[in-house]
Amino acid sequence: MMGIIKAKKLVHDYEKIGEDGQVEAVYRAVNGVDLDVKPGQFIAILGHNGSGKSTLAKHLNAILLPTEGTVWVDGMDTRDEEKLSRIRQTAGMVFQNPDNQIIATVVDEDVAFGPENMGIPTEEIVSRVEESLKTVGMWEYRDKSPNRLSGGQKQRVAIAGVVAMEPKCIVLDEPTAMLDPVGRREVIKAAQKLNREKGVTIVLITHYMEEVIEADHVIVMDQGKILMQGTPKEVFSQVDILKEHRLDVPQVTMLAHELKKKGLALPEGILTVRELADALEGLKK
Amino acid sequence: MMSIKIEHLDYVYSQGTAYEKKALNNINLEIPDGQFVGIIGHTGSGKSTLVQHLNGLMKATDGTIYFNGENIYAQGYSMKELRSKVGLVFQYPEYQLFEIDVFTDVCFGPKNLGLPIEEVEKRATEALRQVGLKEKYYKKSPFELSGGQKRRVAIAGILAMQPEVLILDEPTAGLDPKGRDDILDQIAELQKQRNITVVLVSHSMEDIAKYVDRIIVMEKGKVRFDDAPKKVFEHYKELECIGLAAPQVTYVMQELKNRGMNVDTHATTIEEAVASIMSYEEGRGRK
Repeated sequence: MMGIIKAKKLVHDYEKIGEDGQVEAVYRAVNGVDLDVKPGQFIAILGHNGSGKSTLAKHLNAILLPTEGTVWVDGMDTRDEEKLSRIRQTAGMVFQNPDNQIIATVVDEDVAFGPENMGIPTEEIVSRVEESLKTVGMWEYRDKSPNRLSGGQKQRVAIAGVVAMEPKCIVLDEPTAMLDPVGRREVIKAAQKLNREKGVTIVLITHYMEEVIEADHVIVMDQGKILMQGTPKEVFSQVDILKEHRLDVPQVTMLAHELKKKGLALPEGILTVRELADALEGLKK
Repeated sequence: MMSIKIEHLDYVYSQGTAYEKKALNNINLEIPDGQFVGIIGHTGSGKSTLVQHLNGLMKATDGTIYFNGENIYAQGYSMKELRSKVGLVFQYPEYQLFEIDVFTDVCFGPKNLGLPIEEVEKRATEALRQVGLKEKYYKKSPFELSGGQKRRVAIAGILAMQPEVLILDEPTAGLDPKGRDDILDQIAELQKQRNITVVLVSHSMEDIAKYVDRIIVMEKGKVRFDDAPKKVFEHYKELECIGLAAPQVTYVMQELKNRGMNVDTHATTIEEAVASIMSYEEGRGRK
């Protein structure tokens, strides 16, 4: 089966243009990345600022085009200009700053903007807007001004706007970086719900580890390359490598790792409080 | 000597309009010299409003603030002097960088204090060193730097004023884990070295537990808890109700205790938790 999003040997170079119009310097942000996202998966991409994760994300709906290599969205090469609007309807994108993504003065109008531009009939738009706002839990705010919403609420409206275009895949580029803990939880829950109930493929770019523990597959980026990937358990079993790259590990995973080093017979890759408590209780016998 | 004393402070937004909202409600606090304080609260709890009162950017609707024993609302009190002593680093301070290069930007504050140019440059150099920015960046445009570096330049701009009190409003928001650790480590180091008062506004308990002497929890414009971190985290259930959470370690220790293991539920850092669990396990092994 062809993945919904596939990248082969993707390279992206940023060029710095000097005052004379010549290329002064080249910075390779993504360096040979292969990716194969299956329909319905929840993928998380982790990494520092500058690791190339956001650059990678921007390739997933043709905001950026490869310097080398190829990206396919539902089988369409992102360099195929004729397919651009279909590519963007297949893979929707949610960005970091909620304030940059909301354009209308009323919540439901904002959500309707995408499907309107696609030329969807009005009755259909109305039902899509209702359904998307309900999915992200913002239906009761439909006639409010986005200005008066919290960051997490605005971000959920932005997600609803993408959902209303009914993409097969949604790429969320650090959607929670500017939110407080409650807002963060709301946004992640909305993404999980879309994935589980509607089967939408989710690619979540983040640097918060606790947001990825329920993903199907985790990819860790470093210096433009994939440093490691696997299930959350597999990735977080490698605490030492993550720490070496100064990536965060959930506190409970770190605690289990330290206890193991002190000689307790605990498994690696403990991700939740309950898992750790169970494991420690298991030692009794 | 008391550094900051707040008495019965109220602040009402848009007073007399339909949007009237009491953002601060009878705040009473004392922050002694040299303390490292964390202010935590959910968005809208009033924490940013509170800190903007401390350097006179916002004026209380009611109540008084004393800085070094003097009422800052008294007639003739110099707000300019207050602001040179109480430095406030806003959220996303990098949006306020504007000069042609990093060094000039950091010089802006002390230059406006009317200091001689040698002193201005000395202070700027020192401030940039304190935030750990290498010299090769001094002549670069601030806009060529990474997010974490920009933020450090913005913090250096405040440090160059050599404030007695340094207030940072969510200094790590939007930074990655490495950037966050670097900045908090440097602030902690600076606090020790220069023994200045630091007020750190945050919504991350995990970040704050590691560094501060005291945590003030704000909720709906009021002080809900004000104590040592360990004492505050005892209220982890109440913290959850107001949209905050204790560090994950607290939950682990509580869960173990609930399952009948005699561990220290006051542990808030990984080191403390490891020590407590190991001593429990060793105690059991001997039996």
